[in-house]
Amino acid sequence: MSTLTFRNVSLRYPPRAGRAGADEKLVLDGINLQVASHELVAVIGRSGSGKTSLLNLAAGFLEPTAGTITVDGVPVDGPSADRAVVFQDDALYPWLDARDNIALPFKLKGVPLAERRARAEQLLARVGLADAGDRRIWELSGGMRQRVGIARALAAEPRFLLLDEPLGALDALTRTRMQEFLLRIKAESGAGALLITHSIEEALLLGTRIVVLSPNPGRLTAEIEAGFNAEVLNGASVAAVKASPIFKRMHAGLTGLIHASAEEEIAA
Amino acid sequence: MTLSTDIETLPQVAEKGEAERPPKARPLPVAVISAITIGVIIPAWGLASAYALVSPVFLPSPRQVVLALYNLVVTGFVDATLAEHVGASLYRIFGALIASILIGIPAGIAIGTSRLGRGILDPIVEFLRPLPPLAYLPLIIIWVGIGEASKITVIALSMLPSIILSTSAGVRGVSKDHVNAARSLGASRRQVLREVVLPSAVPSILTGVRIALGAGWTTLVAAELVAATSGIGFMIQSAAQFLVTDIVIAGIVVIALIAILLEYVARQIERRLVPWAAHR
Repeated sequence: MSTLTFRNVSLRYPPRAGRAGADEKLVLDGINLQVASHELVAVIGRSGSGKTSLLNLAAGFLEPTAGTITVDGVPVDGPSADRAVVFQDDALYPWLDARDNIALPFKLKGVPLAERRARAEQLLARVGLADAGDRRIWELSGGMRQRVGIARALAAEPRFLLLDEPLGALDALTRTRMQEFLLRIKAESGAGALLITHSIEEALLLGTRIVVLSPNPGRLTAEIEAGFNAEVLNGASVAAVKASPIFKRMHAGLTGLIHASAEEEIAA
Repeated sequence: MTLSTDIETLPQVAEKGEAERPPKARPLPVAVISAITIGVIIPAWGLASAYALVSPVFLPSPRQVVLALYNLVVTGFVDATLAEHVGASLYRIFGALIASILIGIPAGIAIGTSRLGRGILDPIVEFLRPLPPLAYLPLIIIWVGIGEASKITVIALSMLPSIILSTSAGVRGVSKDHVNAARSLGASRRQVLREVVLPSAVPSILTGVRIALGAGWTTLVAAELVAATSGIGFMIQSAAQFLVTDIVIAGIVVIALIAILLEYVARQIERRLVPWAAHR
């Protein structure tokens, strides 16, 4: 059981120490957020609200200007396999086939070739791509690429999965299928997850908790719990869950919250 | 280079009412036009020499050149057959290529990845790049003598800038997501370099090698014209001194053919080694 914690985290851009200029922008302001292993925390907000910056901070790609980010009390110091990232544009390596992409984290740890290929093969089977190991990246569809990307992140055996709009580039049909897939894979892995998305529907369906990020500067303005995640895992169909009155009501509520944050910004 | 900026070859925009127009004759493929060009030049050359419009000393007939080529292959010229001359030249160019790859790729990585490396190496590369290799050939001969070493050094120096610059460009052009992905999967700085930065720079490096081969081949022939006792450039120079024009022309044709062949082989290697470069 692990916890990823943001405590009073702020981020200024460009991040130059000791030089407050007019060109500086406060991207994130006073973020407090916790993600535990059993959770999938979905972050929603309009473009420019700092969602991706929040994920980059968690990943260790960016350093906070103020505040601390910790994993089980230990401050985050740069990226690590603790917090594996799945990117919107898959970020798979085209010079490797699907299997070797997934095997890369094992290679980085020094696992011998035969063993890492065998373990990558198991992960391929787990994400439903048992026969696709030899395929080159450009021979895979968008959905398959994201499955490979997720398998590669799992190969790092992370405590947290950081999902940066992983389904954002997929067509609607594939996306619905991948949402359910993502939930199951996340539950099986036992890792906590931070999901960045601009889709309210996706946040509501996948998140155990949904936080709303409002822009200029990015602040967490609302936080709600949701249980649709568990319903899907217990076998309810995604379509039925999305069609339920309570889902629609919460969807409308969240939409209102995001709009409210937008109007506040205009008024200010 | 075969860069085509021919407007006719650009895809034509479909216009309204096209169906009503009478079908146009299909435009000639570029390859056919090129073949016609060659088919005009060679007979013109033949006619010019057959009617002695130009003195045969200056312009031997195509037949004479082909004969000279045959004699070059069978008996040779200035103590060596054509194969031996070409072999000497190829030995120099590949020796120089290996040397410039061994120096150029690490140097390119240093420029592309570190401020210090860039600060140190940039002025050297920028100084070397615009210099015609023949300008420093005399100095190299003073330094390393007139043997093989001086020619290989000059050729390697002429190849270095394009290999260094293409490597550093490739290294700097690595996708940020690719680097970040590796770091979040647990890669150290060194591992990022080996597993991500280098592989993604390979297409650019190969392009640099291809350009370097072209530059090196030009330098090689020039260097052999100035100082050598074998090699295709030396062969031409000797033939010119005895006014054996047919061998001069045969040598020029051989140089062109080898250059085309090198380019072709380099392209094939590129296609084999980095099939993914087209899918990025």
